[in-house]
Amino acid sequence: MASFIANTPADVEAMLKTIGVSSIDELFADIKRSHAPKSFNIPSGKSEFEVTEHLSRLAAKNAAGLIPFIGGGYYDHFIPAAVTALISRGEFATAYTPYQPECSQGTLQALYEYQSAICTLTGMEVANASLYDGGTALYEAAMMAARLTGRHKIIMDGGVSPIYRKILKTYTSNLHYEFTETPVVHGQSDRPQIRKLLDNDTAAVILQNPNFFGAIDDHADIVIKAHEQGALVIESVYPLSLGILKTPGEMGADIATGEGQSLGLPLNFGGPYLGIIATRKKFIRAMPGRIVGQTVDKNGKRCFVNTLQAREQHIRREKAASNICTNVSLCAVQSLIYMSLLGKEGLKELAQLNLDKAEFARQEIEKIPGVAVKRSSPTFNEFTVVLPKDASQVVEAMITKGFAAGFPLGRYYPGMENYMIVAVTEKRTKEEILAYAKALREVIH
Amino acid sequence: MEVVDHYLYTKEHEWVSIEDNIATTGITDYAQEALGDITFVELPEVGGEVEQFEEFASIESVKAANDIFAPVSGKVIEVNTRLESDPGIINKSAFEKGWLAKVQMSDKEEASNLMTAEEYQKFLESIG
Amino acid sequence: MQLIFEKSVPGKRGYRNPSPDIDVHIQVPEKYQRKQECGLPEVSELDVVRHFTLLSQQNFSVDTQFYPLGSCTMKYNPKFNEHIAQMPAFAGLHPLLPQLKQGEKLAQGALEVLYEMEQLLCEITGMDNFTMQPLAGAHGELTGVMMMAAYHKARGNKKKYIIIPDSAHGTNPATAAIAGYGIISVASDKNGVMNLEELKKKLNDEVAGLMITCPDTHGIFHSQIDEIARLVHSVDGIMYYDGANLNAVLGRFRPGDVGFDVMHINLHKTFSTPHGGGGPGAGPVGVNKKLVPYLPVSRVIKKEDGSYALNYDYPESIGYIASFYGNFAIILRAYAYTLLLGKEGLKETTDHAVLSANYIRERLKDRFELAFDRFCMHEAVFSAARQAKRGVHALDIAKFLIDEGIHPPTIYFPLTVKESIMIEPTESESKQTLDHFIDVMLKIDDLSKTQPEIVAGRPQSTPVSRPDEVKAARDVSTNYFLTQKDIRTSGYQDIRNELVS
Repeated sequence: MASFIANTPADVEAMLKTIGVSSIDELFADIKRSHAPKSFNIPSGKSEFEVTEHLSRLAAKNAAGLIPFIGGGYYDHFIPAAVTALISRGEFATAYTPYQPECSQGTLQALYEYQSAICTLTGMEVANASLYDGGTALYEAAMMAARLTGRHKIIMDGGVSPIYRKILKTYTSNLHYEFTETPVVHGQSDRPQIRKLLDNDTAAVILQNPNFFGAIDDHADIVIKAHEQGALVIESVYPLSLGILKTPGEMGADIATGEGQSLGLPLNFGGPYLGIIATRKKFIRAMPGRIVGQTVDKNGKRCFVNTLQAREQHIRREKAASNICTNVSLCAVQSLIYMSLLGKEGLKELAQLNLDKAEFARQEIEKIPGVAVKRSSPTFNEFTVVLPKDASQVVEAMITKGFAAGFPLGRYYPGMENYMIVAVTEKRTKEEILAYAKALREVIH
Repeated sequence: MEVVDHYLYTKEHEWVSIEDNIATTGITDYAQEALGDITFVELPEVGGEVEQFEEFASIESVKAANDIFAPVSGKVIEVNTRLESDPGIINKSAFEKGWLAKVQMSDKEEASNLMTAEEYQKFLESIG
Repeated sequence: MQLIFEKSVPGKRGYRNPSPDIDVHIQVPEKYQRKQECGLPEVSELDVVRHFTLLSQQNFSVDTQFYPLGSCTMKYNPKFNEHIAQMPAFAGLHPLLPQLKQGEKLAQGALEVLYEMEQLLCEITGMDNFTMQPLAGAHGELTGVMMMAAYHKARGNKKKYIIIPDSAHGTNPATAAIAGYGIISVASDKNGVMNLEELKKKLNDEVAGLMITCPDTHGIFHSQIDEIARLVHSVDGIMYYDGANLNAVLGRFRPGDVGFDVMHINLHKTFSTPHGGGGPGAGPVGVNKKLVPYLPVSRVIKKEDGSYALNYDYPESIGYIASFYGNFAIILRAYAYTLLLGKEGLKETTDHAVLSANYIRERLKDRFELAFDRFCMHEAVFSAARQAKRGVHALDIAKFLIDEGIHPPTIYFPLTVKESIMIEPTESESKQTLDHFIDVMLKIDDLSKTQPEIVAGRPQSTPVSRPDEVKAARDVSTNYFLTQKDIRTSGYQDIRNELVS
């Protein structure tokens, strides 16, 4: 049967007889007749073949063939075959939250390893078992800072993803927090402005590295200033860049968050992704979401359990640290498999490859007359390009040449209509980059 | 269930022992047993003011979290810092070594809002 | 089993990066470089494959075991869903593409999936509009409650409280509190549903709304749900339907028809997307006309020419609640599932889920105390109070079931039932599977009378047995790279003092 029902009519008969009713309808006696659906106009079921045909037609309407030079926090990295193969195992995919540790050690140990991998990657001391995505992780971090400090003011650097800033704005305005944005100066955080705003009502300063323009920074000095006022620093990171870049831990940040998509997850048109959050050990109780801890079983054998659950909604109810129930375990395990395959050397090498390819692309783009590449700060694999005309039109024209050329900044930064950010991952070949530069030259001239 | 004779009690299962105007507070044997193995205690701030029957501490076990209410009003003058590293003391000695905080009482009359040991014993029997 | 980090051998590699095809090589300036070595393991691909395959085998899952975890709807997740979700033209689609000029043309297929799924959910639930953005059930709840607050703000209502039945999931009160509302709890009556008389007493002009799961976590449908809606609306309150148990009412009841104003659906439950060991899920939120203006942006619209677009121009919207358009790959799976089942299949799903739960209820009710002795919907709630008196608690029953190759039901929830055992078989399981489960439950009851110590000693077939959760919480160890002594947990007050000093 199409609805994946396992019972035969004879089974149904027998079950009804045991229950002592003559029809299934009788079991629904509590739903009054007057509450029957006023309409239920859903198409009849179809075969797998028919649905595949339908969805293949829809898939063909997506421009999947464009060569992507678009990033903005979400990157086209290669995913090794072993990642997909392992994460497709039903034992991982079709289990649920490990409430019963004896029959969930697979998920639990993997999440413990994931937490450890995130800690060593970010230079932080404790991580949770994941949040929904990078944007909501940043919101949770801000709320966590507010809880820790008992303060309500949040300072947000304009270099943080504009999408994340919009999310924060929704939550802070609906949930009564004060939220101030500081501008970006020459691609970097506006330090004097942040210092001016920092006071003893400030819960947190939120920063991002590399920032939305692709610029790399070292925020250690801002951390010192924030701590002088008793405020915390939240650093949002691009995890793959940490193969090379200074970690939030090394900068002294209090909470690190990040979008884990770059660690072996497909782009999936926006999700599911992986919300990373890590912090100092002394803040662990204020960290939202599930946490897996190591312990021993009754025979003294090492094992893993959900721990510090008394912080969570199913126990604390209205006093919980967050209303979060699910995490994204499967995505967390997926990123762990990816990180394990890469290993410390592979990650370093991959980050370097991204850096080098982006530099090669920058040099090629710079050769185009009238086009400038921002070099006021060093960058990782994404950089800002200044065009002689409206970037959104240039990007539109590049689509016809087969490229997703970048993300125009005018959409989120009024006055920057001629700017775009361009991302180059390890997947972009020399030929693609040269063809891109050639196409860009043609579009502009 | 153990009840100490000369202490006073609340319906939320806190105890208090008053000497001069210093009230030593904690949770009762009944409360520690109901919570199970205690894993974490958040103590009030020394120097802070607390109000009678308002939240002033919280105690967690593996699968429960409970707010603890101040049995009397006043200023917190000392807390049992040993509980931070060894919260299980409360399970072993709820009425002595597991005390939570000492409060300098601002209103000695408040003691009349509390139950005597005898009354608390009856209260425990009534809730079964 | 060793940790992946413990299998690390310097020099091993599990993956080969692409060779550099350019001769540019640059260095990030020294001060921006990490100095601390990153501790990721050095292992071969086979090491990784074996490690994670062996780990996976330590899990119970729907693919391998009966998994009647109450309130979680652990139904079969068709392999077809996975096949569809991996189609490269969906999986590889960058979410920023439709935000480019004319970029909507680049994602017409994906936008159509979102739009069509919204339409299907509207018809299934009787709501007027849906946002597919919320990334999980609890995220949907927060979105819904923020819209509720926006509605009251726009009308100048001064509202302070949300009413929640005592049987509710913990996310309901947690969500309401985060949104700044106080909670008014209403007890259940002798039939296991929210007490109407108590509701009447507690209802007043300061009530912003009511959040209710229907059927509730006792597995019982409130036959006077329309009366509840009428009462709440009489104080201009908003009716919130927690769709966690929607699998019980497909084609039998639509929340929109009886006056619910807003609801969320857990796609990973009713619409069969894999639970992933705790996620990812998806929690679309539906609203009626009253709340449509407050829906988050962006919204997917269908233009007159039949093409799809994203619209951000809704001045009363609560704003952005997620980075993009929802957990697209989850929504895509749910869409494929809905198309496969269709009208008849959806209704059949509910019918069989309810039939199976009642079959278990009937066959166990003489031996295990029923929380409420009446027909249930998709799940049956028992109490192990009788067995507990013999020394066999709900936890012991759960552990014994593991040894029999069955994932335990939900235990100790709902909180309103002592020693509760909450069994949700779902429509996917056959009578033969249910009969086996019932036999094991009856065996446990027998043992509780004759040899309770046997049950209390379980499980014995698993790699580990009865972990010390007290130790895990006291000696917190959550990171392989830190020794346990390093982690001293602190309370908020300590932290604040330390921060300002």
